[in-house]
Amino acid sequence: MRDNEHWDLVIKPKSNWLDINFADLWRYRDLILLFVRRDFVAQYKQTILGPVWHIIQPLFTTFLYAVVFGEIANLKTDGSPRPLFYLSGIIMWNFFSGCLLNTANTFIANAGIFGKIYFPRLVIPISTVISNSIRFGIQFFLLIDFLLFYIFVRDIHISITYYVLYVPILIIIMGVMGLGFGIMISSLTTKYRDIALFLGFALQLLMYLTPVIYPASLWGKYQWVMDINPMTPIIESFRHAMLGSGHFDMTGIIYSGIFSIVVFLIGAILFTRTEKTFMDTV
Amino acid sequence: MSNTVIKVDNISKYYRLGVVNTGTLKDDLRLRMAKMRGKEADFYKIGEDRSTDSDFMWALNDVSFEVKQGEVLGIVGKNGAGKSTLLKILSRVTAPTSGNIKVKGRIASLLEVGTGFHPELTGRENIFLNGAILGMSKQEIKSKFDEIVDFSGVERYIDTPVKRYSSGMYVRLAFAVAAHLEPEILIVDEVLAVGDAEFQAKCLGKMKDVSGQGRTVLFVSHSMAAVKKLCTRAIVLKKGKITLDSDVISGIEDYLNTGVGVSDEGIIPDNASSYTTGDAKFKSIVVKNKKNESTNTLYYEQAFTVELELELFRDVEKAIIDFSIGNFENRFSYTSTFEISKNPIDLKKGTYTLSIDIDPKLLPGNYNFYLGVHEMSKVSITLDMVERIKIITVLPITENNNIRYPLDVSLGNIRIDGNWKINKQL
Repeated sequence: MRDNEHWDLVIKPKSNWLDINFADLWRYRDLILLFVRRDFVAQYKQTILGPVWHIIQPLFTTFLYAVVFGEIANLKTDGSPRPLFYLSGIIMWNFFSGCLLNTANTFIANAGIFGKIYFPRLVIPISTVISNSIRFGIQFFLLIDFLLFYIFVRDIHISITYYVLYVPILIIIMGVMGLGFGIMISSLTTKYRDIALFLGFALQLLMYLTPVIYPASLWGKYQWVMDINPMTPIIESFRHAMLGSGHFDMTGIIYSGIFSIVVFLIGAILFTRTEKTFMDTV
Repeated sequence: MSNTVIKVDNISKYYRLGVVNTGTLKDDLRLRMAKMRGKEADFYKIGEDRSTDSDFMWALNDVSFEVKQGEVLGIVGKNGAGKSTLLKILSRVTAPTSGNIKVKGRIASLLEVGTGFHPELTGRENIFLNGAILGMSKQEIKSKFDEIVDFSGVERYIDTPVKRYSSGMYVRLAFAVAAHLEPEILIVDEVLAVGDAEFQAKCLGKMKDVSGQGRTVLFVSHSMAAVKKLCTRAIVLKKGKITLDSDVISGIEDYLNTGVGVSDEGIIPDNASSYTTGDAKFKSIVVKNKKNESTNTLYYEQAFTVELELELFRDVEKAIIDFSIGNFENRFSYTSTFEISKNPIDLKKGTYTLSIDIDPKLLPGNYNFYLGVHEMSKVSITLDMVERIKIITVLPITENNNIRYPLDVSLGNIRIDGNWKINKQL
């Protein structure tokens, strides 16, 4: 007998490689926004400074780096004022590592909710990335304030070029890459918790392999390390667009873009495979 | 065009237990080798029940059923029968291993109230968050917001973080959100109905309302009373299979009969003990009426005798033997202990026959038995224990059919006679 009836929902074993139900995600858009709100509100409840922490944290790190890597280690900054150089690197890196770290525990941290109710699991990582984008937005304005201070008060010449128009693209690539790695790791950690323990260490290592606290030109004959790191062209180009230092690397950006899409697709495949049965292994 | 709203087709779910793989690498390899040679691995004990093997199990095995619009389906079964697994698959928390389920209309499951409540957020914020998690849109929640707050009775604290709520307020608010969900199909777990009696009644009442509006409800429970009250149909699950699919009353009767069965001669099967040290074993249980006939059915107000056969495999000092009658909701109705009637006695190794004459005035209903033998020498040890064995039915009429139990439903389990006096006031 043929079944010609219309069914709103068919529950079946995991099958497709990449099975993202966009209509479903759209239906839960309110939930995404509520999660974003929850993240913001809950994070700074019972703090005095509240969201000001979003600004304090990069400021403090910038100060720390300027002292340790600037004054003491005396690493060059390609001619940019140190605070600008470090701040621009830090907010980009924070955005990436925030997207990655906060999505990497999606399954473990939400096992309680996931075990009781269905909603598209991607809602959580997506809302995390939105939260991080908002935080990045706040920090970006901090960077602009710094820029204006240096241009108008300190009278330092900073050449801002039309490359600024590429900044949104750079940010999107960074976000997609963080999300891709994050959901990939979140899927793997449901089986092997070791990865979560290793993650903080790995990210720190990766930061030192990325031109966050030094310019890409520092590596000299080990330049290839910089070249294969997909984060390099993003941060370098971001600095070039905002501060005029370093160089703008179009090929590098394309490489990073493709890299981020591949990472995201692998992440999404793992994620959709995991979300259906992870409750059995968690 | 049929009005089937849920169609479950050959659903199976396979669980692999233990840590990620089987217990140890050694066993893993041996299992693999044995499979390659085409026989069972030799480390299973002979006669070991493979269906309860600790490494893997079929939580659901080829389950199929349909649910029609407006039906209230009770899913009944003992712990481990697969109820929760079925529920999880239906609510899309986990995917089946094989088979599929087709659903018409919006489905919402309530396995828990207050899922996603964040302690730092206020009541108001949590209503929106929890509502959205349950699948409501912001618009929907807004339009029902006042109703929800009203229903919960916490309007004074609606802008206070829920971490400062008492647990009662917390649950009331959580339930209020869930209660205002309006899906076409609602899946409810009985664990929802924990809490005080008033809250339980509220939950059940709300579910009745929902089904009254022509919506479909799936209710998973082992509270027979609730199933009887709410459902129009029941399926009984046993070891991952549907053993019965029919109207509620017979579903419940069937459930009752899944207690530990005994043969007609009253022989208790070898694996019936729920706990044993192996030093003692209850061998048989027979219920006899006054005419010395073995029976499973008693008339109202009929006294009876229970005969037990107990074998001790060693000498037991200060033995206590207890015997209880319970109803199907696992509540004890009556307990008698050998210690109370007489002092604990020392028993030599061997087989004993015990008989207990009882006139407990059981009200009409179904009952089963609990047996235990304990040693009270230095520390107290339970030697053998059998639970929920045999079923007896007490009929609502007396033996010579002259008195009928006056009510349709038994109020309680045991009749305690009171001395009534009646006087007309002057």
